[in-house]
Amino acid sequence: MAEVILKSVGKVYPGGVRAVQGVDLHVRHGEFIVLVGPSGCGKSTTLRMVAGLEEISEGTISIGGRVVNDIAPSDRDIAMVFQNYALYPHMTVGRNMAFGLERRRRHGSLLRSLLSPAYAAERRAESARIQARVDEAAGLLGLRPLLQRMPRELSGGQRQRVAVGRAIVRDPAVFLFDEPLSNLDAKLRGEMRTELRILHRRLGATMMYVTHDQEEAMGLADRIVVMKDGLVQQIGSPSELYDRPVNRFVAGFIGTPTMNFVEGDVERDGNGLALRWAGGRITLPAGITLVTARAAIGIRPDTLVPVADGPFRGTVQSIEFLGDRADVLVESSGARLNARVPTDSARAMREGESITLGMPSIVHVFDGEGQRAE
Amino acid sequence: MKSLRPWLQSALLAAGSVVFLFPLWWMVVVSLETPKRAGAAMTGQDGVALWPADPQWGNYAEALAEMGSEPWVGFVNALANSIVVTTLVVIGTVLSSSLVGFAFARLRWRGRGALFTLMLATMMLPGQVTLIPLFLLFRGLGWIDTILPLAVPAFFGNAFFIFMYRQFIVQVPESLVEAAKVDGHGWIGIWWTVILPLCRPVTAICAVFTFIGTWNDFMGPLVYLHAEEQSTLAVALNSFRNQYGGLDDVHLLMAASLVTMLPCILLFIAAQRQFVEGLARGAVKG
Repeated sequence: MAEVILKSVGKVYPGGVRAVQGVDLHVRHGEFIVLVGPSGCGKSTTLRMVAGLEEISEGTISIGGRVVNDIAPSDRDIAMVFQNYALYPHMTVGRNMAFGLERRRRHGSLLRSLLSPAYAAERRAESARIQARVDEAAGLLGLRPLLQRMPRELSGGQRQRVAVGRAIVRDPAVFLFDEPLSNLDAKLRGEMRTELRILHRRLGATMMYVTHDQEEAMGLADRIVVMKDGLVQQIGSPSELYDRPVNRFVAGFIGTPTMNFVEGDVERDGNGLALRWAGGRITLPAGITLVTARAAIGIRPDTLVPVADGPFRGTVQSIEFLGDRADVLVESSGARLNARVPTDSARAMREGESITLGMPSIVHVFDGEGQRAE
Repeated sequence: MKSLRPWLQSALLAAGSVVFLFPLWWMVVVSLETPKRAGAAMTGQDGVALWPADPQWGNYAEALAEMGSEPWVGFVNALANSIVVTTLVVIGTVLSSSLVGFAFARLRWRGRGALFTLMLATMMLPGQVTLIPLFLLFRGLGWIDTILPLAVPAFFGNAFFIFMYRQFIVQVPESLVEAAKVDGHGWIGIWWTVILPLCRPVTAICAVFTFIGTWNDFMGPLVYLHAEEQSTLAVALNSFRNQYGGLDDVHLLMAASLVTMLPCILLFIAAQRQFVEGLARGAVKG
């Protein structure tokens, strides 16, 4: 278990492409931190810099209080789980799990063990210790019956567990996961997510995890790092990111279905401000300061409810039933609003009918540059 | 494209097999005939039976005993020399070609593309062109009449096999290499523990082709090895042909030839599955 500290970390590829810039991040002991963002945002590059698989162009990375910029991946006390599992196809599950430790064994010379009985005994003891570690990790993940199998004989979920087991065996200070669930089907992904969460609680290890799936990030993380275009947009707990996104990107990226945005002109409204758009006008929450003439309000779909009289009047475009809830898409004077409503309420609606949605209790306000206004 | 009917497929394959197996069958039958019948078969005066009525198994012992100036010694020496040279060349070619192929496929270094092109260009050079410069070089090094000119160059890679290894290794997922790095391996360790085992189909092709090429190589040993006790089987067989090339001894020549080519046939049968898989992979991925 260790802290990971990134200070002004940047990555510039040959040719000048800047993949990551100025990342400052402090991953605490035993924390599960998830880096999330769209493709090309720099999340995997950041993780790979922590792993030592990418050179660091700017800044420093320390693991357990030691700057690791120039230290080889194997000496950083990390273990990594790759997107495609990266199991050695020619080794059994057991050997795959033991491989990293065998490489590190102090009594590694077979020739010397043939010449010296004492050395041979130490070598045997070390082998036994490695086997015990493999057995323990296999037991933790339910892999004992698979230890003699080859990777090609395993299902996707089993391979994923072996990859995690291989990391556990090494007992690293930091676990790094690079989109480890993205090759699994939706059901298995959900199951593995829960397993990983339980595993994190059991091991109490520091974990850094990369995904493009914000739901996965919300489900797993103690804290989430949202990235875009190589820059960190926001770092916070899942609830912080959901409740107080710092900009429109984070607001739109976090949460399912995505947040609705209504853009309009800012105007005075007594002592406060109001937003006017083609379809209506609403008074912005008191205390909001805006210096731009244009602004947008952000509304979570689950806070929009059908009412008799409200600011958003429009036509129902589609209704998708999801079980106890339904997603209703409403076209309202150029703005498309997604409302997640109880199924009973959705049953009373018809596609093509007019509908009025009420003013939600929580409205996020973003200025013309997309930054949160307070 | 519509596939051929199974019976027609089988018939075509059987016909092809007959064409390819005929010379081998002819050799086997003639090697087991009496001198008179073998000579007659050779001149076309008489046909050969599907299988000799009275197989002369003793022809083999006689042929091998007669190879060289001392009974059996010539054959045993030639066999041992062939085994030593071939083993060294196969090991050298597999190790060096896979290592260089790995470097071309995975390592990023300045001039990699240019050197790869240059290496491919060397494939266009016929062996005869480099024969004299190489002979002069090896003579300068004092390597004539040793097996060094035959074995040492193999440890410097073979352009064709380097190309094959490189094409195969490029397909190996990068994450396997990275996982091995995290597990504590350097480039050599990654090549030895991860890449080389994964390259088994290519290694099978490389080993079989190199084995056959070296085992049957006549020119190299003829140029660099001059003493009888240094002869490889190919050279010894040629001496045998010069000595027993008459019509009366054609059965012995066939017997000696068959024994000489037997290891190649056995090796091909043993490595057939890997070999065919490797060729198929090369066809798809190369």
